[in-house]
Amino acid sequence: MNGVANGRLGKRKRADLFFRVLATASAAVVLFSLLLILGTILWKSVPALSLSMLTQTPKGGFYLGKEGGILNAILGSLYLAVGATVLALLLSLPLALYLNLYKGRASKTAVWTRFFLDVLWGVPSIVYGAFGFVVMLALGLRASLLAGMLTVALLEFPIMCRAIDEVMRLVPLELKEASDSLGATRFETALKVMVRQCAPGILTGALLAFGRGIGDAASVLFTAGFTDRVPASLADPAATLPLAIFFQLGTPFPEVQQRAYASAAVLTLIILLISLAGRAVSRKVTRHVVR
Amino acid sequence: MRLLKDALAQRAMSFVAALPAILVLLIVVGLFLKSKAILGVEPLSRLLFSSAWHPLKGQFGLLSFITGTAWVTVTALVLAVPVSILAAIYLSEYAPRWVRESAKPVIDLLAGLPSVVYGVWGVIMVVPFVGGVLAPLAGVYSSGYSILAGGIVLAIMTFPTIIHVTLEVFASVPRSLRDASLSLGATKWETTRHVVLRKGAQGILAASVLGFSRAFGETMAVLMVVGNVPAVPRSLFDAGYPLPALIANNYGEMMSVPRYDAALMTAALVLMLIVLFFNILARRILVRVERRVR
Repeated sequence: MNGVANGRLGKRKRADLFFRVLATASAAVVLFSLLLILGTILWKSVPALSLSMLTQTPKGGFYLGKEGGILNAILGSLYLAVGATVLALLLSLPLALYLNLYKGRASKTAVWTRFFLDVLWGVPSIVYGAFGFVVMLALGLRASLLAGMLTVALLEFPIMCRAIDEVMRLVPLELKEASDSLGATRFETALKVMVRQCAPGILTGALLAFGRGIGDAASVLFTAGFTDRVPASLADPAATLPLAIFFQLGTPFPEVQQRAYASAAVLTLIILLISLAGRAVSRKVTRHVVR
Repeated sequence: MRLLKDALAQRAMSFVAALPAILVLLIVVGLFLKSKAILGVEPLSRLLFSSAWHPLKGQFGLLSFITGTAWVTVTALVLAVPVSILAAIYLSEYAPRWVRESAKPVIDLLAGLPSVVYGVWGVIMVVPFVGGVLAPLAGVYSSGYSILAGGIVLAIMTFPTIIHVTLEVFASVPRSLRDASLSLGATKWETTRHVVLRKGAQGILAASVLGFSRAFGETMAVLMVVGNVPAVPRSLFDAGYPLPALIANNYGEMMSVPRYDAALMTAALVLMLIVLFFNILARRILVRVERRVR
């Protein structure tokens, strides 16, 4: 009897151990994948990474392995993502404020708007690209920096908006009531209390969306075009880093493929920087925050 | 004056608030209008269930691409769901606090890496691995550019989505339930299985569905490793040609062939509708879970 009980307990303990090991191993797999990806990209990029790569635009025959760099794509991507992020912020901030101040946080409007934002978040970027393309055709626009910006802004909008909304939901109601009791209109409360209180969160949300925007390829494929020059105006087509990587990798020349690895490393470093900045910001910019 | 400003601001903001819903509608309608040129000529059944893809002859059967997408996505999920859920179990039930805290940046970073970077990594590492190691092991020939390579890359890309949602679901299971189970003498795993997993079952389902719809629409990374041969794939080691890759690969020439653009926009519409369906499904489940917990 005792032996049976012991045997069963032993079995249960073994099952416990087995699943503990399995779960730990799975978490390790996830961590290991990240390290493997970062390690591989950075290691492969070393032979091709050079200063001229970062400071020159492609010269003739660049895609055959000749001189030049990817400055056009780096700047194009930065312009595009900055523009898109500003546009997305112009939409996200009012919307998040509206949901949290004008409408009750749990009101029907708020719930449904959040639902649609979540749905938009799930829309694949290639669909945004196709949609941007349809709109471009309807308006008679060419592939340009502006069209790319607008499309990427649509892609960033739900991400940023949900991030800001999450932060604003955490603001204590007393703060709003205090502001109301001083005779402030809702608009004044929004600008002077909410935005200040949530400044770190808004910045983090913007950075998150910026990172998503700068790394996305499928949405700019149709809309931003591609060029070897640095765009001089909003109507010019613009090269982007993800597409530069894609095109370089698609050539049959090993030298050019090496550059694709290097470009991928540049993009990865930008993303790492943004994510570090996001962390630093959320810790530092808390001067005006009431706790 | 101040009141006027307030009223004006409210007007403007209420317009912005309608934007998400309008945008969803606009995307569907916009794509539909563009695909009408082909929906009006070809019967829907031939578009969706024929694998004859000859744009120059005016044949636009999307079946190869739809099955290609399905294969890659299912492969990715089979790999990603167990690993993600076990990883989430480790993080929420077993891991010490500092590990849980430091896992968050890792997951965020994994989610934030651009798909092109995943694609480059796939080309450098996964494709040779599938072609040189896994295919010979399975006794078949493969260039490595295959459904399996796409599935592996995609699986890693869906880890963060599934882990993130699953963690939130686990966190919503009350501590006291776990304690009750443990105090009855259940082991940690038994508690996890009978309490946490049972309570969180719907949430885990929703997480997987979200992972599915994320994987379904992924374009660049898959496009770079999956081979892009327009035929219905027959094994994991065959090349496939998913819908997003089709759209991305052919944007250049689509204006020169009649109805080609309409066919591609139909592909985008199909993609949008499927993703929309699964997204709404997952969100509905999550809302229900949230309500029940409260």
